[in-house]
Amino acid sequence: MTAQTQLLDDKALLGRLLAGDKQAFVALVQEHHSALVRLARVFVSTQASAEELVQETWMAVLDGLKAFEGRSSLRTWIFRILSNRAKTRAVREGRSVPMSALGEPEGENEPAVDPDRFAKDGHWADPPHSWREEDPEKLALRAEAIGCVERAISAMPASQRAVITLRDVEGVASDEVCEALGLSEANQRVLLHRARARVRSALEAFFDEEKER
Amino acid sequence: MMPTCQEMTELVTDYLAGDLALGTRLRFQLHLGLCRNCRRYLRQMKASVRATGQLSKLSIPAPMMNELLQRFDNWKSR
Repeated sequence: MTAQTQLLDDKALLGRLLAGDKQAFVALVQEHHSALVRLARVFVSTQASAEELVQETWMAVLDGLKAFEGRSSLRTWIFRILSNRAKTRAVREGRSVPMSALGEPEGENEPAVDPDRFAKDGHWADPPHSWREEDPEKLALRAEAIGCVERAISAMPASQRAVITLRDVEGVASDEVCEALGLSEANQRVLLHRARARVRSALEAFFDEEKER
Repeated sequence: MMPTCQEMTELVTDYLAGDLALGTRLRFQLHLGLCRNCRRYLRQMKASVRATGQLSKLSIPAPMMNELLQRFDNWKSR
């Protein structure tokens, strides 16, 4: 959240929007644009259709604003409108609905680490490879590593991708993510766990490759 | 019983979230104290989460913002 809008609680913001305050609308759109487009990309394959979906979402937000009752946060409500529209659109276009699997986490039995890397007694046989940069602060500054994370996330099953996008990319709290995506706390946790393990393993491969260069 | 290394890799998300029951958390920490490989795994996990938070913010293209503002004006005058 930007400092600018963090100061506005939902109620105050809602009041300004309903009064037709353009600045409040701009602030709201700017604050959530990135998260919405990233979430939309989970459901649709191109950047253009993701932006279209986000645009439709804002129209639906305006249409529904007067009836918004504040049972969830404004942000959760907006995320939910987007994910519901995305599912409807997928059905209409006769595509498989990637998020239909959201309730049942894909790869529930997917281990965090390849079982071949452990000995029979469960101890490391092939321990985590060292990375040139393991310090979180310094790793965060390496653009190629961040690019590697971005690619790993794009390659994930939809449900894992949706959860890690909201939790770790956008920093949304777990209860809000559950509500926005219609997930149980347990499923959300499994999906986040698998997704993070995939990111770690992608970074390990990235640093292995770097060692060879 | 202390978790094995393999079990450690499955507990790490709950550990980072502070969701492990007290007994499990203590056994997790005991294992960490004894195992540098698992310490490395945890360190890499933290670094991965931090790196994920660094993905750049996408900014809204100007034409899209303009279009939305136009819709907002229409909505307002309804």
